[in-house]
Amino acid sequence: MSNAQAQKSVLWDWLTTVDHKKIGIMYLVAGGFFFALGGLEAILMRIQLMFPNFDFVTAQTFNELLTMHGTTMIFLAAMPLLFGFMNYIVPLQIGARDVAFPFLNSLGFWLFLFGGVLLNLSWFLGGAPDAGWTAYVPLSSEYSGTGIDYYVLGLQISGLGTLIAGINFLVTIINMRAPGMSMMRMPLFTWSSFVASALILFAFPALTVGLLLLMLERLFGATYFAVDVGGNVVIWQHLFWIFGHPEVYILILPAFGIFSEVLSTFSKKRLFGYSAMVFATLIIGFLGFMVWAHHMFTVGIGPVANAIFAVATMAIAVPTGIKIFNWLFTMWGGRIQFTTANLFAIAFIPSFVMGGVTGIMLATSAANYQFHDTYFVVAHFHYVIIGGVVFGLFSGAFYWWPRMFGYKLNETLGKWFFWLFLFGFHLTFFVQHFIGLMGMPRRVASYLPGQGIDELNFVSTMGAFLMSVAFILLVVNVIVSVKNKSEADPWDGRTLEWAIPTPTPEYNFAQTPLVRELDALWYEKTHGNGKIKAAEPLDDIHMPNGSILPIFMSLGLFLASFGLIYQVHPVTIIGLAITLGAMFIRSIKEDHGYHIHKEDIKKEEGVG
Amino acid sequence: MKNLWRVLPFSFILLFLAGCGKQNLTALDPRGPVAEMQHNLIGLSLLIMVFVIVVVAAIFIYVLVRFREKPGDNHIPEQVEGNKNLEIIWTAIPIVLLIILAIPNVMDTFTLADTEVTDDTVVVNVTAHQYWWEFEYPDLEITTGQDLYIPTDTRIVFNLEASDVIHSFWIPALAGKQDTVPGITNDMWIEAPEEGVYLGKCAELCGEGHWLMDFKVIAVDPDTFDEWAQGMAEPDSELIEPTGEVAAEGREVFEQNCLACHAVGGEGGNPQGGPDLTNFGERENIAGFMDHNDENLEAWIRDPEAEKPGSGVGMPGFDNLEDDEMDSLIDYLNSLKVLDDE
Amino acid sequence: MAEAVKHEQTLPSHPEKATLEGKNKFLGFWFFLGGETVLFASLFGTYLGLRNGVADGPTSQDLFHLDLVFIMTMILLTSSLTSVFAMINMKKGNFKGLIIWMWATVFLGACFLGFEIYEFIVYVDYGLGFTTSAFASSFYTLVGTHGGHVLFGILWISTLLIRYRKAGITLTNAPKFYVASLYWHFIDVVWVFIFTVVYLMGV
Repeated sequence: MSNAQAQKSVLWDWLTTVDHKKIGIMYLVAGGFFFALGGLEAILMRIQLMFPNFDFVTAQTFNELLTMHGTTMIFLAAMPLLFGFMNYIVPLQIGARDVAFPFLNSLGFWLFLFGGVLLNLSWFLGGAPDAGWTAYVPLSSEYSGTGIDYYVLGLQISGLGTLIAGINFLVTIINMRAPGMSMMRMPLFTWSSFVASALILFAFPALTVGLLLLMLERLFGATYFAVDVGGNVVIWQHLFWIFGHPEVYILILPAFGIFSEVLSTFSKKRLFGYSAMVFATLIIGFLGFMVWAHHMFTVGIGPVANAIFAVATMAIAVPTGIKIFNWLFTMWGGRIQFTTANLFAIAFIPSFVMGGVTGIMLATSAANYQFHDTYFVVAHFHYVIIGGVVFGLFSGAFYWWPRMFGYKLNETLGKWFFWLFLFGFHLTFFVQHFIGLMGMPRRVASYLPGQGIDELNFVSTMGAFLMSVAFILLVVNVIVSVKNKSEADPWDGRTLEWAIPTPTPEYNFAQTPLVRELDALWYEKTHGNGKIKAAEPLDDIHMPNGSILPIFMSLGLFLASFGLIYQVHPVTIIGLAITLGAMFIRSIKEDHGYHIHKEDIKKEEGVG
Repeated sequence: MKNLWRVLPFSFILLFLAGCGKQNLTALDPRGPVAEMQHNLIGLSLLIMVFVIVVVAAIFIYVLVRFREKPGDNHIPEQVEGNKNLEIIWTAIPIVLLIILAIPNVMDTFTLADTEVTDDTVVVNVTAHQYWWEFEYPDLEITTGQDLYIPTDTRIVFNLEASDVIHSFWIPALAGKQDTVPGITNDMWIEAPEEGVYLGKCAELCGEGHWLMDFKVIAVDPDTFDEWAQGMAEPDSELIEPTGEVAAEGREVFEQNCLACHAVGGEGGNPQGGPDLTNFGERENIAGFMDHNDENLEAWIRDPEAEKPGSGVGMPGFDNLEDDEMDSLIDYLNSLKVLDDE
Repeated sequence: MAEAVKHEQTLPSHPEKATLEGKNKFLGFWFFLGGETVLFASLFGTYLGLRNGVADGPTSQDLFHLDLVFIMTMILLTSSLTSVFAMINMKKGNFKGLIIWMWATVFLGACFLGFEIYEFIVYVDYGLGFTTSAFASSFYTLVGTHGGHVLFGILWISTLLIRYRKAGITLTNAPKFYVASLYWHFIDVVWVFIFTVVYLMGV
């Protein structure tokens, strides 16, 4: 039956796939595309800010660029790219054949993609959203054009996909672990994905509500934010940041996980203080929900609230510090190999510490009145998001590329890429700390000459150019390295994902593995025969069928959004009908899946 | 005296930074007690953070040099599980550092929130509009825009409001910012010991003209301030009925085109209108950012949208004015002064 | 449906959690309800922040009458009870009992929804339109979202009942019924909070 599957067209196969590995790759491709798009938007903004009073784009376009850059990078690039790795790697790391809900996994991806496309179509249909990625009301509710409608609905759809993905990972990690893979033997990447998924589950509904309210306000005349009829504009900020602050931990925790894997692998040492690392991850996840109002110190929530949220925010430095020192001591006494993956992980430590300490400075509420909404903040969050998340993504890409695509990225090109990117990154953002303190607010379309910030802005733009050149090198690397076939375990790996053949079979593990220790593969290499023990005899493997329904469900919502934006309600109803119809079909049509026979598995595994 | 222990150790770090940026704008060169308090807090946090960075960097560099893979080295490092004592150390030390920072921060947060009004306090109601600032002195019954006059060495308390979207009121050299939020009144205080013109900015994205929503804080000695307040409250009749021929013509043009939105000397204007222009001739800038000269003024009146994007919503362009009308209008506007010649 | 019969004879005591798929569904649904909790908490927070923002429109004191709401509460609580009976029957392997009690749940849910629509119509007549005031918008959004959940529950359970009307209890449909009843309990609990926070605190 697996042969019958293989004979279908490749395109149909990808459109209907419920295989977590293919979905992971689709997340990477789509996320990579949006990452390039967000980068392009950033470069356009940096060109505009290269000289004072420069007239490269209009103020309106600039506001659209800054909004779309932030929104794209957070929702459509960073998170999907992390999801790409989580999808591909987490089931392998816990010895599972798939995620808990393969169908929902596919649905999550398509919702994200259609939401992202919808958001970006606004560029061609009346202008992109222009109120910042935070979309503060009443600017976004009463003073902006249709772009905000695309923002609201695009994010609502892709956010739904994210929520589904979060639940999926939670259940997968709890229920689908191989025998012996206790929670405290899980690789740190799986752990951090688990905590990040929990954050998604509890943070995203707040955004859902915020976006729902904004949509009802804009399209149906609701009055939550209309001050003249009893509304309150600060409610939006609370809802947004109750989601928005955990969101940054949703991004950074999986990156922390990647660094833990990479540093440990390339130091040839087990992770120092594994349980402290797990504990710190949990604490960070928990505190992430307690600090949202530190984004609102200047809104006027009062000195008591400001003081409490300031102290709570500072507390996050403690578990983060624990992590930093544990990474340092993972390398201590090891045999550190400077592969590109590890270079990014190593460079992450000082870069992220820089972003972390400015985070503490920002948490100082009384001083925050000076920092808030200036380039100092811009510098801070790019230090944590690029120095943390993006470095993590690059590190993870170089590390897992052979597992996912069967070939190794070129190391020489990779190192050029690393050094250019690192230098460009610091050049761009280090000076922005000072630009901010010298009196440059963020989100300004330009600045007047003679304020002492011309030179530093020019320097910052030069750094941005370097980062773009570096990114082009990465793209080149991906293309030219294709011939660089890799063996199954190129890095002398420690965890289960390196224990299986390359390319990864669609059923992952011919026999469910038996896990005997943390770093299961490393344990077998040093204590056993180098092969993972099997927990079951070789047998037929049950696999779920692919389905085209997720695309239809997403497409329905996509259509309905246009109906809502342009108030053409027949279209809204048709769209919703498509979605509900697809859900109905899914609900009444039982999917019994199919089996891969053990003879076929034996053939594929060679000796087995 | 009690702040000495906080100021001394790190003043050297910030000393070289003070040269950065434009005086009377940069937050790194504070010109009043509020900005100074915040500057000291920034300095303290910076000191602690530099300490953290140095410790991490020291371990980092040592590890990378000492434990890098050498050619031909194939040994398997010892698989260390962890070290409880180390974990305790790097949990405890950051907590101590954070307490050192948190205590002055909490104190300062409350000090800055203390906007008690005493007899000597000057109260100013600030209303932010897309994209200009309105300043009302309720006790003095004065309303003005763009240029905020304050007396030196006097406690100023602001009540901050917004008429449309959220803005943020920021005078980096004098104090950190507070948002102006529709439907809510925030407050803050400042003091300016030295005379001077300080740059103020809107710090919250408020639309197309956000980047040009600048204003000035003009600190003058209390006597001059009184004179200014007097001149604003009871303006010279010359402002409303100019005696000069050109200015009188200009006044006529003004009455036909501008008065409905812009008040002068308590006459004209409306709540949805533009800034009060009683002391326009003394404004530091036109529209808050352009050099104050006749060409810029004409360009602004003819097409404000071209000069400050988004401002065309509030103020239409008056390109219909003949050249001589424009000249007399400019002459009149420049004659609007309440202080004796500087 | 020979397969179904075979299952029925050997059905384990917890058919809803007997398979890995069932377990996944069960756990995943609990997580989903966790997310729903945050969703409703956000709506409650919004309502509490705006309930005094009545502008010129009617206030909650002008509108709310506890007798109607009390009846609605009783109906919904009873519907939770009937779904419990359904689950007891499912565990006993009594398919007919499961179906009947589930239909009873659907019926009571529909009654509740009817009362809610009637309630909204009355309020609109009183001058509380959706756009009248911030209070109105947040009230309709919170209670309406709950009503939407009830509607979805009715459609969902009806679909299951029709789809499996002759199937008997199987390892495939047991988790579906179980999860649907879990959902029903959840919207019932949310209503208890709405009853307290919106109505009792609003009269």
